[in-house]
Amino acid sequence: MNDVRVQHSNWSSRIGTTIVVIAFVALAAAPWWAERADLRLLAEIYAYVALASLWNLLAGYAGLVSVGQQAYVGLGAYILFALAMLGGVHPLAAIPLAGVAAAIIAVPVAALIFRLRGHYFAIGTWVVAEVFRLLAAQTAALDGGSGTSLPAAVVLSIASSRATREFVIYWIALAQVAVILFAIVWLLRSRYGLALTAIRDNELGARSNGVDVARIKYAVYVAVAFGTAMVGALIFLQKIRISPDTAFSVNDWTAFVIFITVIGGIGRIEGPIIGTVIFFLLRQTLADLGAIYLLILGVVAIAVMLWAPKGLWGLIADRLGWQVFPLQRRLVTKRRG
Amino acid sequence: MEWVNTILQGVLLGGLYAMFAAGLSLIFGVMRLVNIAHGDLIVLAAYVALVTVQTLGINPILSLVIVVPVMAIIGYTLQRGLLNRTLGDDLLPPLLVTFGLSVIIQNGLLELFTADSVKLNAGAVEIESIAVGGGLAVGVLPLAQFALAVVVIAGLQWLFYRTALGRAFRATSDDPSVARLMGLNNAHVFALAMALSLAIVAVAGVLLAVRANFDPAIGPARLIFGFEAVIIGGLGSMWGTLAGGIILGVAQAVGAQLDPGWNLLAGHIAFLVVLALRPQGLFPKVQG
Repeated sequence: MNDVRVQHSNWSSRIGTTIVVIAFVALAAAPWWAERADLRLLAEIYAYVALASLWNLLAGYAGLVSVGQQAYVGLGAYILFALAMLGGVHPLAAIPLAGVAAAIIAVPVAALIFRLRGHYFAIGTWVVAEVFRLLAAQTAALDGGSGTSLPAAVVLSIASSRATREFVIYWIALAQVAVILFAIVWLLRSRYGLALTAIRDNELGARSNGVDVARIKYAVYVAVAFGTAMVGALIFLQKIRISPDTAFSVNDWTAFVIFITVIGGIGRIEGPIIGTVIFFLLRQTLADLGAIYLLILGVVAIAVMLWAPKGLWGLIADRLGWQVFPLQRRLVTKRRG
Repeated sequence: MEWVNTILQGVLLGGLYAMFAAGLSLIFGVMRLVNIAHGDLIVLAAYVALVTVQTLGINPILSLVIVVPVMAIIGYTLQRGLLNRTLGDDLLPPLLVTFGLSVIIQNGLLELFTADSVKLNAGAVEIESIAVGGGLAVGVLPLAQFALAVVVIAGLQWLFYRTALGRAFRATSDDPSVARLMGLNNAHVFALAMALSLAIVAVAGVLLAVRANFDPAIGPARLIFGFEAVIIGGLGSMWGTLAGGIILGVAQAVGAQLDPGWNLLAGHIAFLVVLALRPQGLFPKVQG
């Protein structure tokens, strides 16, 4: 009698996972081998990998193309500032609380904007981000439109020495991206991941095979809001200063994130990681160009979308059958004996 | 009387919003494409008008003679060269390509014209007004803009239901493959629809440039106003879109009257209330 089981890993994912684990250990030790400026840069890279991976889950898998995720970056950041400055909550404890609060807010928001079909959903998410930004600008307790800074007492409560403080924030940023990537891999390997992959490949087909598409999309939207808000909270805890225009910036938190995911490979977990690396390499070389830099990114993203819609990782993976994370589903039979 | 005045100004502003919406709604109706760069194209039209006025030294209103055909040609080329390739069952490509286009236009304008805000001066007509009784006066320019919006909407309605081109638009909208079997060239029909949409965008851009200050960054907000007018009015109805624009304009004017900070917020809230209570819009043409 044959016993059938699902095999997720292959030779490339075994190599890939090993490399990821080694890289994680090396990066965790970065405070001992990297300069302070490098640590800040690395933390920024982690934030973008995290944001792009979450957007990829939303748009690439669940088919919910949002151009308004800055709503949750800004919301998480503002909740952290409100809790720390007005509520006296420890800033590090405020990070998960910001995620929970954003997820609670996302429940009615989703109920509302899910009424918009397909394309119009995208613009609806943008309206939500605008509403949040305008509300933040009206919040007098956090200095409204001009923005505010965390008081010294709050910053010192993280750690009294500046070096320790920077290390702590660096490690949290690394832990955040690691947990988010792990959670996405775990989710995609579960039966919900199978449903999500089915929705990605053919929504109608998924529905006719009994996948509750609407419920899964709703759950993904709220979960992504939770993660995005925590990433946003940490980004602005590191910046110390917040204003409605920076916290709800469509360029910083949506345009860059979308370009990263599209160039790296949408609908694949490796895509946002590759995309972020390319994005930062380009930025280090082209940053002096200012507006031209964004223009070039836009052109590259459109070119990739038209001629290589699965992105750079898609090109590589399709030719060579590579996967970094053990996500494939292959049925293997084993003779029971 | 102050409130009557506020509502009147809101109604007139609504005409402009209906113009933002008309081009957006046309494109969605014909090819199910939501053009995220729509607002940035309005701003692009405003800058084309600025360059025309500066080069030729003509009145901004007269610049329409040049801006409208220029934008229409851009629209036709854009559709045939780029956007037609993105159409299909998948929602992602058109959204991401027009989003990329939006970022490109915005930053291109920023590089060429800097972030300083500019305005077109239409001359003496800007300060003329007509007394409408009860101590109220209506500016000639806002009134003319509203009238123009009504004319554009009426013209679109006529074009859609009374001309061969309109029949072609409706046919490709209903069933692209059957339309092709009947001898229509869909790529050409779509490109004509985009050309028409950008011709309306050109009119909206010139009106915007005469009415208020503009800079390269204001495009997305225009997209959102147009989108809100479409959804409030109901998909597929041109007159509904005009009504949606007016409701949005009045909501913003009333919000601004209560507290200057509530200007935009009041408009968004009006949109969200309609979405919550009547998601199909107030005057929908087609159900679902």
